[in-house]
Amino acid sequence: MQTLAMDPTRNRLMPRLLIGVAALLTLLIVVAPLVYIFARAFGEGWKVYAANLMHPATVHAIWLTSIVALIVVPINVAFGIAAAWAVARFRFPGRSILVTAIEIPFSISPIIAGICYLLLYGRQGILGPWMQANDLQVMFALPGIVLVTMFVTAPFVAREVLPLMQAQGSEQEQAALTLGASGWQMFARVTLPNIRWALLYGAVLCTARAVGEFGGVSVVSGNIRGQTNTLPLHVELLFNDLNATGAFAAASVLTLLALVALVIKAVLEGRRGA
Amino acid sequence: MIHAAAPVRAKRVLPGFTLSLGTTLLYLTAIILIPVLALILKGAEIGPARFWAIVTAPRALAAFQVTITAAVIATAFNAVYGLLMAWVLVRYEFPGKRILDALMDIPFALPTAVAGLSLTALFSANGWIGQFLEPQGISIVYTIWGVALAMAFTSVPFVVRTVQPVLEDLDPAFEQAARTLGASEGAIFARVVFPQILPAWLAGCTIAFARSLGEFGAIVFIAGNLPMKTEIAALLAFIRLEEFDYQGASAIALVLLMFALILLVVSNRLQAWAMRFKGI
Repeated sequence: MQTLAMDPTRNRLMPRLLIGVAALLTLLIVVAPLVYIFARAFGEGWKVYAANLMHPATVHAIWLTSIVALIVVPINVAFGIAAAWAVARFRFPGRSILVTAIEIPFSISPIIAGICYLLLYGRQGILGPWMQANDLQVMFALPGIVLVTMFVTAPFVAREVLPLMQAQGSEQEQAALTLGASGWQMFARVTLPNIRWALLYGAVLCTARAVGEFGGVSVVSGNIRGQTNTLPLHVELLFNDLNATGAFAAASVLTLLALVALVIKAVLEGRRGA
Repeated sequence: MIHAAAPVRAKRVLPGFTLSLGTTLLYLTAIILIPVLALILKGAEIGPARFWAIVTAPRALAAFQVTITAAVIATAFNAVYGLLMAWVLVRYEFPGKRILDALMDIPFALPTAVAGLSLTALFSANGWIGQFLEPQGISIVYTIWGVALAMAFTSVPFVVRTVQPVLEDLDPAFEQAARTLGASEGAIFARVVFPQILPAWLAGCTIAFARSLGEFGAIVFIAGNLPMKTEIAALLAFIRLEEFDYQGASAIALVLLMFALILLVVSNRLQAWAMRFKGI
């Protein structure tokens, strides 16, 4: 920065020291855990790694986690667009309360979310007797995992799309309507193209969070091996089985997904900035 | 509220109000509101005397103490480390800066269970880092320091990403004026820069603290989960559930929920205060 370059003699040492300390701390706290996952996953060679990943329980966990993400992310995208449209385009009483309500899952621990769901749908929960009478199973099954993941990821798309919609204003949309477009035509041809990158960005963040959710899911899934074990829960299970290499192999899949999400994020940020 | 004025009428020309608001309210009610109400209703069933007995039982008190102590340690560390990172990333140009910046998103993106697994192995007696610490008599894994470490890892981006934009938008004129008047770099930071980023920094620390109190995934791996020693409140609630003690679980969860909501209000206030310093 030019302000700092003004007097080079007195500013040389301090920046280097600060950058050095910052880089060293990041190396120890952030980079080392990241690298260590792959070092341990591949520690016993490629063959063991492949065998660990091909293990039926691991394959099932990957499959279950994918199903959860495939259900949650599209619903969350729809909710995010609806919430952003309502808040950005209309004035109504309780609007600011609505914005705060959308953010609530960010401040509530996922494990509390899981407990909330258990107290609602569990056997001793408020709806428990009614659900048993009608033979409905939410807890310790796929619906419970999906619901808790929806709770935890609720704000992700809305909070990316909302500020953009507010900044863009509604002139283009009103022009489309004036020219005779129907509501859905306006949405498909004007609104959606305008928000597409923010939408994609929100969906990527939502996917990363949905795939990695642990606390909430561990309450409602019941950890039934080969049935309700998502990939993060499977990592814990393998770790508790003292199969560290297997745990790291499963963890490496999640790490890879996280890194892909970050790369997509970097690309999208470049695009949005342009 | 009745909006009869012309500009508002123009807005109402846009379609989809009922559909979008209806969808939003339905989703929020079904997914967030009703489950949270279930917790509050179940908590109310307990009754004040029993509730007090549950949350002040020795094991519960110890769990709250471990959680809060570790969160304070983690937040104090991140207050310094996060501020340093924000400062370095905004103020200096150096090779690898963009990578260092991107690395600050890793704790956001990496599933907490994966972070916990890796930190545990890394800091255990035969791990890359632990092998140097253990001979010095420093144990991280299965101690409160491990709990704090896991909390620090998962919450550091909140400080960095809250301070960074405010630091970027600071008006350089004040610093230049101070420099012209002969202030040292240290004095400029303490008297000119720091007061301006203080609200954002406090907001970031509050969010990091809240996040640390609620963290679970990373901690269960590294804590060893010894009752009265390294057992955190969220885990105790989880254990009560597994024992089918739903009242015990809801009481502890309600206390954590209350903490979270208070901290949410505090951080919102601080962020509103911080906005006064942004881009004027």
